Amino acid sequence: MEKKPLLEVKNLKTHFHTERGQITAVDGITFHLNEGEIVGVVGESGCGKSVMSQSIMRLYDEKYTAKYEGEILFQGENLLNLSKAMMQKIRGNDISMIFQDPLSSLNPVYTIGDQIRESLMIHQNLNKREAQQKAIEMLGLTGIPAPEKRINEYPHQLSGGMQQRVMIAIALSCQPKLLIADEPTTALDVTIQAQILDLIAELNAQLGMGVIFITHDLGVVAEICTRVMVMYLGQIVEETDTDCLFSEPLHPYTRGLIKSIPQLEGERLQKLYTIDGTVPSLQKVPHGCRFASRCPYADELCKEQAPELEAYSATQKVRCWHYKEILKKEAVHESSNE
Amino acid sequence: MAAVKEVDRVRTIKASLKKQERQLFFRRFFANKLMVMGCFIFIVLGLIALIGPMLVSYDPYEMKVAERLNAPSGEHWLGTDEFGRDLLTRIVYGAQVSMGIGLIVTLISSILGLVIGLYASYYAALDHILMRICDGLMAIPGILLAIALMAALGPSPLNVIIALSIVFTPNIARIVRSSALVIREQTFIEAMHAQGASATRIIWQHIAPNTISPLIVQATFVFAEAIISEAALSFLGAGIAAPDPSWGNILQAGKLVIFKAWWMVVFPGLAIVLSVLGLNLLGDGLRDFIDPHSSGKKSK
Ligand SMILES: Nc1ncnc2c1ncn2[C@@H]1O[C@H](COP(=O)(O)OP(=O)(O)OP(=O)(O)O)[C@@H](O)[C@H]1O
Ligand SMILES: [Mg+2]
Repeated sequence: MEKKPLLEVKNLKTHFHTERGQITAVDGITFHLNEGEIVGVVGESGCGKSVMSQSIMRLYDEKYTAKYEGEILFQGENLLNLSKAMMQKIRGNDISMIFQDPLSSLNPVYTIGDQIRESLMIHQNLNKREAQQKAIEMLGLTGIPAPEKRINEYPHQLSGGMQQRVMIAIALSCQPKLLIADEPTTALDVTIQAQILDLIAELNAQLGMGVIFITHDLGVVAEICTRVMVMYLGQIVEETDTDCLFSEPLHPYTRGLIKSIPQLEGERLQKLYTIDGTVPSLQKVPHGCRFASRCPYADELCKEQAPELEAYSATQKVRCWHYKEILKKEAVHESSNE
Repeated sequence: MAAVKEVDRVRTIKASLKKQERQLFFRRFFANKLMVMGCFIFIVLGLIALIGPMLVSYDPYEMKVAERLNAPSGEHWLGTDEFGRDLLTRIVYGAQVSMGIGLIVTLISSILGLVIGLYASYYAALDHILMRICDGLMAIPGILLAIALMAALGPSPLNVIIALSIVFTPNIARIVRSSALVIREQTFIEAMHAQGASATRIIWQHIAPNTISPLIVQATFVFAEAIISEAALSFLGAGIAAPDPSWGNILQAGKLVIFKAWWMVVFPGLAIVLSVLGLNLLGDGLRDFIDPHSSGKKSK
């Protein structure tokens, strides 16, 4: 089934101007997202997931904070070429975002009704009554009971899960074509997390919007994403469909991530697997492979030269010099284990 | 999990604080005795300024040479001045001038300071320009700056208002800017950007309301300082000119006869002290009331 891409990001780079010089937090990211598709982005804290998502919406101040390079084609149009005013029309209307931290994403001085209405009034020229109607409807859609009462409450009167639902209601109020969800469930407990995931999946099916789902939880990815991108230090190191992610991980980093998922079966006191070392700082990015310092398979080549993202199969891409050998070795290792 | 708990804890604290705030609003308000006193003093002086002139029976301008420098008596409660005018009447009319000017200066510098502070916090380029100007103005002691401005503008009530507004606007702008800088880094402002809100909308709908409480606290202090400064200007002859009464110029006239007529200095002085004391108590109390963490220490 061939779908047309809703979003195509080509070689996107985001440079930050900092006191200690320029750093490149997102360094040459290329991917696409089809209509109605949910793509996951995973990676350790600090690998640039949030920066990437905020760059897609051009949320960083381009005069003082950041510089973008590359192309962000949204429905064929390069967002990086749009004027500020055009960008404002797209934000919240065509592309929406749910932030990492629901608790501080709402303005404490306004009721949640005010805040859901705001987006509708900015983009859809609704008057206050129509917007109120729509806001109640959206809030109901996110599964909040008695939305017509809740709508007059202030953020602090709601639980974290409810606040996140409000954020989702705001993000979806104008029926965006693309939703960027930046770890929308990290701050929530497991049951609420499952509800929110279901909700996003359901709304994705109902409204047919594309979703970029950022998380560092591979379990969440398995649950709702069709494809996954694994990020490491500002780059995509592996792009794959969800099934292959678990059955045939290519990049050593991806393997590490999967191994470090806590296993319920097996021995109870098994120590959790961790990837050795820490993420290098963005100030001094290694010129070879960025993962080399932590990679058990790294050799001279890895330290000298940076690998490119190369296609392994129709659905899999990987950025590693040795993935084929590793694949063979691991296969032997596993069969000998059995 | 720990993070979730922490977040929950913070939220319950926040929620209970808000609830308390509403429920215990009056109790807390009246618990702070000094603030209630300040509020009371201020209201009484405000009422005197507002309706006092209707209650006094003398003309503040009519001179009666025969009755000059009479000590306080049943007829003239606070005595008379060097031209035989009733001192109580002069002080009551003076309250209107002094507190009126204080109020207008406070309003003007609050509004200007709010606008300047908000835009400076939002636009970095503007920030550099505006804050350097403010720094420059604040480097000069307020009263000297006011005197210099009065010398340039010439004495008149309007010019006092202009000069003092120039002196106090940077004061408010700084406070607004610093709290706006904190607010603009909050996630909900970024979320507003992500919803496609314009800069104007973000500044006025989302940042401004969150800077109002520190602004109000600062405004009460500015009010007090404006009253002192106006009095000082008038005392030095650079403010409200002679026949018009102001606490400052009554005090100045009193200075010349201080050994013959103590009431000429004591009563206008008392009026100034009381109004400033009232406002400062009110401001201190409001500060603690709005932000329970800052109780006690006040940076003046
Ligand atoms: N405004 C900024 N200026 C300078 N550096 C920044 C800025 N924002 C982010 N960074 C840097 O970019 C890197 C990536 O940060 P980012 O927030 O995208 O991480 P993340 O993958 O979202 O992590 P997490 O899972 O913790 O949310 C970090 O090293 C961070 O220090
Ligand atoms: Mg993040």
